[in-house]
Amino acid sequence: MRLFGNKKKEKNGYSQIGPPTGTVSSADPNENGMLGRLRSGLRKTHDKITGGLQSVLKPGARLDEDTLEQIEEQLYLADIGPRTVERICSQLHEACRDGELADAGGVIPFLKERIKADLRPWETGLKLPAQPPAVLLVAGVNGSGKTTTIGKMAMRFQKEGKSVLLAACDTFRAAAGEQLEIWAEWTGADIVKNESADPASVAFDAMDKALSRNYDVLIIDTAGRVHTRENLMSELSKIQRVVSKKLPEAPHETLMVLDANTGQNGLSQAVRFNEYLELTGLVLAKLDGTARGGIVFGMRDQIDVPVKFVGIGQQPEDLAPFDPDKFVDAMFE
Amino acid sequence: MSIVFETLTNTLEGFFGKIRGKPRLTEKNIQDGLREVRLALLEADVNFKVVKDFTRSVSEKAVGDEVIRGVNPAEQITKIVHDELKSLMGPVDTTVPLGGEGPVVIMLAGLQGSGKTTTCGKLAKHIAENYEAEPILCAADVRRPAAIDQLETLGRQLELPVISERGSDALTVCLKARMQAARQNRSPLIIDTGGRLHIDDQMMDELAELKKRIKPDQIYLVADARTGQDAVNSAKEFNRRIEYDAVVLTNLDGDARGGAALSIKAVTGKPVKFVGVGEKMDKFEPFYPDRMADRILGMGDVVTLVEKAEQAIEREDVEAMEEKMRKARFDLEDFRKQLKMIRNMGPMKELMSYIPFVGNKMDGVDFDESDLDRIEAIINSMTPEERARPQVINAGRRNRIAKGCGHRGAEVNMLLKQFRQMKKVMKKLTRGGMEDMANALPDQFTAPGGPMPKGLRKKSKKKGKKN
Ligand SMILES: Nc1nc2c(ncn2[C@@H]2O[C@H](COP(=O)(O)OP(=O)(O)OP(=O)(O)O)[C@@H](O)[C@H]2O)c(=O)[nH]1
Ligand SMILES: [Mg+2]
Repeated sequence: MRLFGNKKKEKNGYSQIGPPTGTVSSADPNENGMLGRLRSGLRKTHDKITGGLQSVLKPGARLDEDTLEQIEEQLYLADIGPRTVERICSQLHEACRDGELADAGGVIPFLKERIKADLRPWETGLKLPAQPPAVLLVAGVNGSGKTTTIGKMAMRFQKEGKSVLLAACDTFRAAAGEQLEIWAEWTGADIVKNESADPASVAFDAMDKALSRNYDVLIIDTAGRVHTRENLMSELSKIQRVVSKKLPEAPHETLMVLDANTGQNGLSQAVRFNEYLELTGLVLAKLDGTARGGIVFGMRDQIDVPVKFVGIGQQPEDLAPFDPDKFVDAMFE
Repeated sequence: MSIVFETLTNTLEGFFGKIRGKPRLTEKNIQDGLREVRLALLEADVNFKVVKDFTRSVSEKAVGDEVIRGVNPAEQITKIVHDELKSLMGPVDTTVPLGGEGPVVIMLAGLQGSGKTTTCGKLAKHIAENYEAEPILCAADVRRPAAIDQLETLGRQLELPVISERGSDALTVCLKARMQAARQNRSPLIIDTGGRLHIDDQMMDELAELKKRIKPDQIYLVADARTGQDAVNSAKEFNRRIEYDAVVLTNLDGDARGGAALSIKAVTGKPVKFVGVGEKMDKFEPFYPDRMADRILGMGDVVTLVEKAEQAIEREDVEAMEEKMRKARFDLEDFRKQLKMIRNMGPMKELMSYIPFVGNKMDGVDFDESDLDRIEAIINSMTPEERARPQVINAGRRNRIAKGCGHRGAEVNMLLKQFRQMKKVMKKLTRGGMEDMANALPDQFTAPGGPMPKGLRKKSKKKGKKN
C-alpha cells in the first residue's frame, strides 16, 4: 500500500516490514532457505537451552543430582511447565536408575528422543479438501499474531498458484480491517470486508464469494479475544456454524495462533479455544525471539492439537511448517 | 447437629492438631511448605531463577518464626510468602509525573503484540480524566501494517489529537509530534512505538536513538501478563537499552496468573505501575501489589485464614485450652468458649471454607448456624458443675436443662453423646499428633453408629479427598 511504501524500505538502516521481494525463498518446506530460516530462528532458542547445559553435560561426566537439577532448570526455562518437566525428569531418573543413562553425555540425546516421541504422532500438514474452496478459520488471544500469520499463509498459497480470499472478520479492533487489507495487497490475495459489525455476517459474505468465484482458499481472520469470555467465545462458534452451513465440511482447518512467548496460560488458551472450536491445529508465532515455545510440549499431556506452522519473523515469508523432529533437533543441537 | 461436631473437630485439627510439638518454623517444615509454593510460582510463570532465589530468601527469613496457633506451618509459609511477594512488587507510585517545562513526553515500548497501541489510548484517557492535562498522541509505529490507522481510530474515539506521518521514520514523527505538542500547548505527549524483539539490534538501536533524541520524561515497558519464562530476557534487554521507569502489564483480564510482574521487578527493579484489564479504553487500573500476590500464588484463601486466625485467637486462651486437651480435662465450659472463639472469626460456613480440608467437606452440606445457637443454649442452661463434669447429668438434670433452654431432652442427650465422641478424638489427637488424627477421624465419625448420619458420611468422605 502506498502509505507504507511498495518496496522494502531501508530508512536509517532500519529494517522495514514490507511486501515480499523477488529474493524470497520458495515456500517448499524442504528447501534450504526455509529450513535455514527455521534454524536461525531457533538458534537463540537452542543456544539458551544448551548453552547452560553443555557445561555440565560433557561426555564422561558423572550424572549426579546437581546435573539433574540443572537439567530441570533448563526445561523449566523453556516454558515446558511443571507437570511435563516432572514427567520428563522422572523418566530421566528412571533411566539413570536402570543404567540406561550412565553418563552425562547421553542426556541430551535421551531428552531429544523422549520429546520427539511425544510430538511425532502429530499430523502437522494442513488437511485441505480435494474440492476447493479450502476454508481456514484463524483464532487466538489478542496480539498473538493472527493477522500476520494469515498474511504469511496467503503468501504460501499464492506461491503454490492458488487463489486466495481473506475474510476480515475482526470487526472490533481499531484498523484491523485495514491491516488485513494491506496484507492482501502485499500477497495478491482478495479480501472481503463489509460495513457490518457482525463478524458472522462477514464470514457469510466471504463464503458466498469463495464458493461463487471458485477461490481455492478462504482464510478467515477473527478478532483477538480473551478465552475466558463466554460471549466472545460463542461468537467464534457462531462464525464456525455460519461457515459450515454454507459448506458442510468447512472450515477444514481451525487454527489457534499462540505467541511463543506465552507461558503456562497457553494451556488454558488451547483448552478453551478447543472447547468452542474443535481446533485442528496450532500456529506457534514469534519463535524468532528468545522464547522457546516449550509450552507446546507441556500442552500435549492435556490437549492434543498439533502445531502446524511456526512464525519466525514479520516478513511475509517468515512462516515454516512445523516439523517435530527438526524442531526438537534445532532446540538441542 | 452432628455436622457441627464434625466440622468443629476438623477445625480443631487445624487449630491444635498440626502444631503439636512444632512451636517454631524449622528448616524442615518450611521446606515442606515451600514445595507447594514453589510449584504455584512456577505455574504462575514466575521465572525459575527468580523462584529459586525467592524461596531461598523466604526460608532464611522464616526459620525460627513462631508458629501461629490455629494454622499449620504450610499455611503460615504461604502467608509469609504472600507478604514477601507483596513487598517485593511494591510499593508502587501509580501517579504519572506531569510537572515541568514544555510538554512532558511519555514513551511506550515493548515486544510485538504486547498491547502498546491500546495502552497508549488507555493511558491518555486515564491522564485526561485524572489530571489537569490534555494529552496528545504520536503514532511512531511506522512498520506494522495499519498501526497508524489503529492509533488514529483510538484518537478519534477519545477525541484526542494524533500526530503521524506516513512513509516517515519513527524519529522524524516523534520530533514533529513534540513540536506540535508544544505549539498546541498540550501535554503529555504519549508516543506509541513499534513492537520489536529485544534481540533485534537494529530495532533496539532505533529505540535507543529515539530515547537519546526525544529525551522522554517517562518510559514504560508494555508487557503481556501471559508471558512465560522469557519475560526476564526481554525486560532486562529493554532496560539495558532504554532504561524504562515502570511497566504496564496488559491482558490481566484473562486467567493468566501474571508471574511476569514479579520476574520483571526482580531482575530490573522496575515496578508495574498500571495494568490493562480489557480491550475497552477504560479497562486500565493502577497496580496493586497485594492483589497481584494473591493472583500469583493462587492461594488467597489460605492467606485469609491465617489473617483471621491471627486476629481472632487470643494466644493465652488457646494455650490454656490446649493444655486442658492434653490432660483430657476439656469440658463443656471449654467447649462453649471455643465455640465463641470460632464464631468470632466470622460466619461458620465462610470460616470453614477457608480451611482446605474442611472446606471441601462443606460442599453440598447445608450448614445451619442455628445448630450452633442450639448447642450454646443447651450448655448455657447447665450449671458450672454440669459443664465441668457432664457425667453427673442424670435424667432429672437433663429435663431441667432441656426446659431451661427450650429444647427437647433427646437433644440434650445427643449433645452429650457427641461431646463424648469428640473427647475421644481429642485424646487420640493429643497423644499421637497429626498422623493419628487423620486416622482417628474417619473411624470415629464415619463408622456405623457414629454421629454422622448415613447420607452425609459417604458424601463427606468423598468430598474430603483432594486431588
Ligand atoms: N517477531 C515476530 N513478530 C510477529 C510474528 N508474528 C506476528 N508478529 C508481530 O506481532 C504483532 C501482532 O501481530 P498481529 O498479526 O497483529 O496479531 P493479531 O493476533 O492479529 O492481533 P489482534 O488482531 O490485535 O488480536 C505485530 O507487530 C506482528 O508484526 C513473528 O512470527 N515474529
Ligand atoms: Mg488481528
